[in-house]
Amino acid sequence: MRYIEPHAHMVSRTTDDYLAMVVAGCKAVCEPAFWAGYDRSSVNGFYDYFRQLTDYEPKRAAMFGLPHFSWLCINPKEAEDLVLGREVIAMIPEFMGRENVLGIGEIGLNKNSRNELTILEEHVNLAAENNQLILVHTPHLEDKLKGTQLIVDLIKNDSRIDPGKVLIDHVEEHTVKYVMDAGMWGGLTLYPESKCTSPRAIDILESYGADRLWMNSACDWGVSVPLAVPYAAQEMRRRGYDDETVDKVFFHNPVKFLSQCENFTVRG
Amino acid sequence: MLKPKVKQNSVDLYFMDARSKLIDIAAFMDRVERDGLTDDFRYRAFKDALNQLDADKRAEAVLRALSDPTLEPIEAAITKAACGAWPEKPR
Ligand SMILES: [Zn+2]
Repeated sequence: MRYIEPHAHMVSRTTDDYLAMVVAGCKAVCEPAFWAGYDRSSVNGFYDYFRQLTDYEPKRAAMFGLPHFSWLCINPKEAEDLVLGREVIAMIPEFMGRENVLGIGEIGLNKNSRNELTILEEHVNLAAENNQLILVHTPHLEDKLKGTQLIVDLIKNDSRIDPGKVLIDHVEEHTVKYVMDAGMWGGLTLYPESKCTSPRAIDILESYGADRLWMNSACDWGVSVPLAVPYAAQEMRRRGYDDETVDKVFFHNPVKFLSQCENFTVRG
Repeated sequence: MLKPKVKQNSVDLYFMDARSKLIDIAAFMDRVERDGLTDDFRYRAFKDALNQLDADKRAEAVLRALSDPTLEPIEAAITKAACGAWPEKPR
């Protein structure tokens, strides 16, 4: 099979993971900027992180013949500090021209606070001004329902943003409809315990259609599964889906969304 | 909507897995009761969510029962973590 991993934090993963992904049929990996598991002490920490995402990590992936793309932002977990948030946002344009950059992400909310919303709005403005794709992280667990509604409403209110260029990630059964109704794309994240299992992700495809949904592993520094996407493809086959449908969900769908950014290219 | 060309029997595919998770839930509830922790707000939310198993869309209803239903942003984030149940849910 062939597939795209549209959301993986490869800076936290080993070369063994790269090898396993390539052997499983991965044709491109996309890495959103996120929390490192600890707060950076200053804007310089983000400067180095953006260099890693746009320079060093693509080279590491290239050793395995795997195209690597990235998204840039200050993540919502560090967005409570407005001064730091604005310093990071001001630095993003310097990196936006780099050839592996797909857009602004993963922005969003974590605890649904006022400052998180302010920084989200400023990121959305940056994306609108520069015609960038947007990748959104929705909050965890009990905060997801409220956060998803706040995020979708905020983005919908900005008439400069084409909803078809926005992907709302980590949707589950209680949030997917809100995202689909807004004309945006949704990401189904196959992450142990806190997000979706592959049977549930396939249930969601069966209920809402596969036109604007993709699956990702969101593998990072926590307990997570870098091969979760091809494992979900296997689950689809177990349910009786043919290769053509599996190829649409795991290859064509992400390629369709990501190709709206001219930096994204992939060989089938 | 998406449908497989060759539909498999979902009870054949998933019964053993669901059975095992159901027994795990029962054992978890026995354990919490044995340990005298039934007043924990997370456990109360858990029991409340079990009532949603009679709902029309069960997975969605369970997730909603465990969610913060409000829409007003909070003043400030004083923690980064989520715990899986809404602490302010009325008794
Ligand atoms: Zn992520």
